[in-house]
Amino acid sequence: MTTMTVGAAINAGLRKAMEDDDKVLVMGEDVGVLGGVFRVTDGLQKDFAEGRVVDTPLAESGIVGTAIGLALRGYRPVCEIQFDGFVYPAFDQIVSQLAKMRARSGGRLALPVVIRIPVGGGIGAVEHHSESNEAYFAHTAGLRVVSCSNPDDAFHMIQQAINSDDPVIFYEPKRRYWEKGEVLTSPTRGLHDAAVLRSGTDCTLVAHGPTVKTALAAAAAAEEDGFSVGVVDLRSISPLDTETLRNEATSSGRVVIVHEASTFVSIGSEIAASISESCFYDLQAPVLRVGAYNMPYPPASVEDDFLPDVDRVLAAVDRSLSY
Amino acid sequence: MTAPTRLDAYVDGPRADSEGRPMFQLIAPDGTLTNAGEQLGVSVELAQELYSDMVLARRLDQEALSLQRQGELSLWLMSWGQEAAQVGSIRALRPSDMVFPSYREHAAALCRGISPADLMRQWKGSSHSGWDPKGPRFHIYSLVLGTQTLHATGYASGAVMERTDEVVATYFGDGAASQGDVNEAFNWAAAGSLPVLFFCQNNQWAISTPTTIQMRTPLHVRAAGFGLDAYHVDGNDVMAVHAVTTLATERIRDGGGPALIEAQTYRFGGHSSSDDPKRYRSDDEVAGWELRDPLRRMETFLRGANAGDEFFDALAQEADTFAATVREQCKGLAGADLGDLFDRVYVDAHPVLDEERLAHAHHLTTLGSEN
Ligand SMILES: Cc1ncc(C[n+]2csc(CCOP(=O)(O)OP(=O)(O)O)c2C)c(N)n1
Ligand SMILES: [Mg+2]
Repeated sequence: MTTMTVGAAINAGLRKAMEDDDKVLVMGEDVGVLGGVFRVTDGLQKDFAEGRVVDTPLAESGIVGTAIGLALRGYRPVCEIQFDGFVYPAFDQIVSQLAKMRARSGGRLALPVVIRIPVGGGIGAVEHHSESNEAYFAHTAGLRVVSCSNPDDAFHMIQQAINSDDPVIFYEPKRRYWEKGEVLTSPTRGLHDAAVLRSGTDCTLVAHGPTVKTALAAAAAAEEDGFSVGVVDLRSISPLDTETLRNEATSSGRVVIVHEASTFVSIGSEIAASISESCFYDLQAPVLRVGAYNMPYPPASVEDDFLPDVDRVLAAVDRSLSY
Repeated sequence: MTAPTRLDAYVDGPRADSEGRPMFQLIAPDGTLTNAGEQLGVSVELAQELYSDMVLARRLDQEALSLQRQGELSLWLMSWGQEAAQVGSIRALRPSDMVFPSYREHAAALCRGISPADLMRQWKGSSHSGWDPKGPRFHIYSLVLGTQTLHATGYASGAVMERTDEVVATYFGDGAASQGDVNEAFNWAAAGSLPVLFFCQNNQWAISTPTTIQMRTPLHVRAAGFGLDAYHVDGNDVMAVHAVTTLATERIRDGGGPALIEAQTYRFGGHSSSDDPKRYRSDDEVAGWELRDPLRRMETFLRGANAGDEFFDALAQEADTFAATVREQCKGLAGADLGDLFDRVYVDAHPVLDEERLAHAHHLTTLGSEN
């Protein structure tokens, strides 16, 4: 067991995966000599054989498209998209090529490609650097979509994602890159299992990636007011761990979902529908969603008001309890 | 002054004049040897082989088109008119060279041993693709224009890492050449000096859009600007295409980096069996291109080179047998079973699909019980 930051844990996970399997490649913009703009790939180019860590031209469709070609040859490429808002030039290659190749080939071809995306706001960035676009990819059959929130998951989930024979979109919580935590030597969960971080009898908060910390803080504040609020870290967005969600929803009867993405047609919408379908008679209140407003990500000076914070989460818990 | 006897003297023109280079030809549309053909010579044996490939490919198109008209196929896209560009190029590759086609490369696919049934099943609505690419080293068709050029480029970067001497070929059209992916692939392959052969069949049309709307600079000139070795060839002269592709692939294998071949050809049919080309192009234009028909030109050439009736009769018979096979294989194609598809989306188990597979199966049983 060691303590490290989220960013360092992903770095260590990548290193481990590359050591374990020489078919694992890292590619993206500035990932080599520089080590990535967030230094997540720091030192990898230096330590591995030539060609294993590649500084690519600045062409996102090219990054994913050539990764597909490499995967067809037996490699396991891990692509870095420099910032969430720059994945869209690769949209077709992800959604129509990467995601569909297995089905289109009648199950003959597999594309074990991981696409790492630093996601979300809260770092005072200019436009296009703070987006939460997981719903696009979760909506696409053929992809798996995961979101880590802490160093231990970052370390193990990146390796599990690389081991997956299906393509995985791997979200990294940008504003949590520098937060420290313990990393265990072996994984405690599968890639697509949710984690119940605390159980609650009054209400359950469901979050992923950067908002897990927000949810935990809200649950602690509620506890001071005498309420038992649980927290589920989704970890996997597609597929969802519906069993864990159902269990927690059934035991508390109230669910509030917290994410940075806007709520309209969001992961929260899917979870609300799914819980309503499976736990209708156990619910004490409608499932509520706390997320971004339905506008493009605003200028950084107002992002603290825009992002769901502890107060907005607690307000939603209050609303849920009032039913 | 004696004329040069090396191919490169004919195909290596200036790199980036905006007019482009003249097309390289060995056999003129009337079946006679061009000056280059006289100097370089043309193998009659090879000509016979390539001509046979083209005759069979055209027969597939004719049969498949009538099968479509009879309701046996829902759609068919013809390589009719483009046989020389496809056969000449694919036959110049090694069988071990991987190919990433677009969606009109039936003539090339047949040369790689892909069966008519496998070629037709996609157009019958039985599946999205017909074959396992591993055997024929021919990837499944890509219908999103130009996307396959990036797959080829990535595949080629693997070849560089493994230090093999393979060439990765990719086919695309004049319309696709306007897509971002194709231009990203040109640049990516050039910057990395990757062993990719970009083969553009410029058939003058992208559905109803002529090349004048796609580009101002000829594609082979544009490609040179990207740093590719660029060639311009008469795509209806199978011997010229074969010769140029041979030269281009030799240079790629020698570490020369990627190349582009722009083959001037013509789509004799509509864009697909659903298209009505009379709405956008004139009969005169079509008639002009019919004079440059790749098959007729080779037949004239071969008859002039003393290939006798025996050769042509045997080929006609082979084509008739092949046509019967095409019809038979088409009629034998079964539709898909929705129930099978749940297992083909992901490699590993997936709870949503597991649940939906069961729900679908259950739904089918309820339908049965109502009867
Ligand atoms: C990205 C994309 N846009 C549009 C289409 C629809 N479409 C299919 S074929 C075609 C014309 C392509 O022309 P070209 O690349 O010249 O190839 P050709 O059909 O002439 O062989 C179009 C517009 C498509 N398949 N993909
Ligand atoms: Mg065209």
